[in-house]
Amino acid sequence: MTVALVRTGVANVASVAAAFRRLGVDLEPTEDPAVVAEAPAVVLPGVGSFGAGVARLGELGVGSALAERIERGAPTLAVCLGLQLLARTSEESPAVRGLDVLPTEVVRLRGAPRLPHFGWNRVEPADGSELLVDGDAYFAHTFHLADAEALTRDGWRVAHTAEGARFVSAVERGAVLACQFHPELSGAWGAALLGRWLAAAGVERTQEVA
Amino acid sequence: MVAIRVIPCLDVKDGRVVKGVRFQGLRDAGDPIERAAEYERQGADELCLLDVSATPEGRANATETVAAVRAVLGIPLTVGGGVRTIDDAARLLDAGADKVAVNTAALVRPELLTDIHDRLGAQCTILALDAARFDGGWEVVVHSGQERTGRDAIAWAREAADRGAGEILATSWDRDGTGEGYDLELLAALAGATDVPIIASGGAKNSAHMKSALDTGATAVLAASIFHDGETTVGAVKRELSADGLDVRIANQDR
Repeated sequence: MTVALVRTGVANVASVAAAFRRLGVDLEPTEDPAVVAEAPAVVLPGVGSFGAGVARLGELGVGSALAERIERGAPTLAVCLGLQLLARTSEESPAVRGLDVLPTEVVRLRGAPRLPHFGWNRVEPADGSELLVDGDAYFAHTFHLADAEALTRDGWRVAHTAEGARFVSAVERGAVLACQFHPELSGAWGAALLGRWLAAAGVERTQEVA
Repeated sequence: MVAIRVIPCLDVKDGRVVKGVRFQGLRDAGDPIERAAEYERQGADELCLLDVSATPEGRANATETVAAVRAVLGIPLTVGGGVRTIDDAARLLDAGADKVAVNTAALVRPELLTDIHDRLGAQCTILALDAARFDGGWEVVVHSGQERTGRDAIAWAREAADRGAGEILATSWDRDGTGEGYDLELLAALAGATDVPIIASGGAKNSAHMKSALDTGATAVLAASIFHDGETTVGAVKRELSADGLDVRIANQDR
């Protein structure tokens, strides 16, 4: 069993890799669309901006592989901008089309006293969530998924967080988990969430580090 | 509502944590990896690691220290010190930093902030601002406070935010290491001048100082000496801040 990490360029993957290593899993960086399509589990990390992220996925040719595996429910974790790339469009880069597996646009967080929304905030999962539990997560973002109702209609369990206004802070559907926050930086709560995702993905943690 | 943040700061030189007063008279304050793990265990919301080495050899060691700290640390890590170019910033991210703090080099070439913002994102573009009181205002100081720049600190903060800095780490040179409390007037001026989050730094002795800074417009408080010297713990100050009515993340709580 391997967990592939989509190498999106300058994204900060060291923290993600370190968090998984502490859980006994070595991520395998890849730029290969075939690996992204077929790997038992895939992590899509955050990168700089929506436009640059979409362009990078296009250059690598991994966009359709990602969209397809999420549609069929193959274990996939998207973090921060990785989550936003799954949406239709983003206010951040209006001319650019996302992967369109999440039926919503991405919009700027309105009503927050200061942006970016930096720091720890409470995540409130939807009833029936299997991976997400109530707790404090670390956020570093300005934009978020807009349409919770459309996501719910599409079968996603939608978690919310409040900063100025309530916004979608994570979605899960089976073994697909997409987080606006950074589980890899969310201390013990985040590590436990990654552990549940690995379990849902059926990944063996053979080298667990205390 | 986003919680306030308490951020221990490790000033690292030649692989060791050091601490002085007003950036001078550095003394040993322990092993950075042990310190990092201990502060996360105490409930730190982030960790800041500033490389205060003066030599290229020291810089190379600092990158190794960042990687070693990253291996044990499950909370955000800001790294600063000697960041001159976008490649320096990318190298620190590769080593395991989540945010990069830029100081002197941005004064010389403000486009550096824009470069880091555009390539790596606002969330990892931090302006480290060292400000000294001067003539009724604040002046930016560099080279461990030994050199005044003639630049107005508030105007510089505003320009840096406009250029893409996602956060400002504001250190009062006058208060650093003194335990006299943060420079609240500096924080109020900065919070009024920009919309980006402000991290208060320099002078904290206790949670009352931290509460004053947070009430004055800081969104996070940084401290070093009081944690290194064991005068208090991160957990203790967070419990006190919570009791004072601030929204605090209590780590490892039963929930």
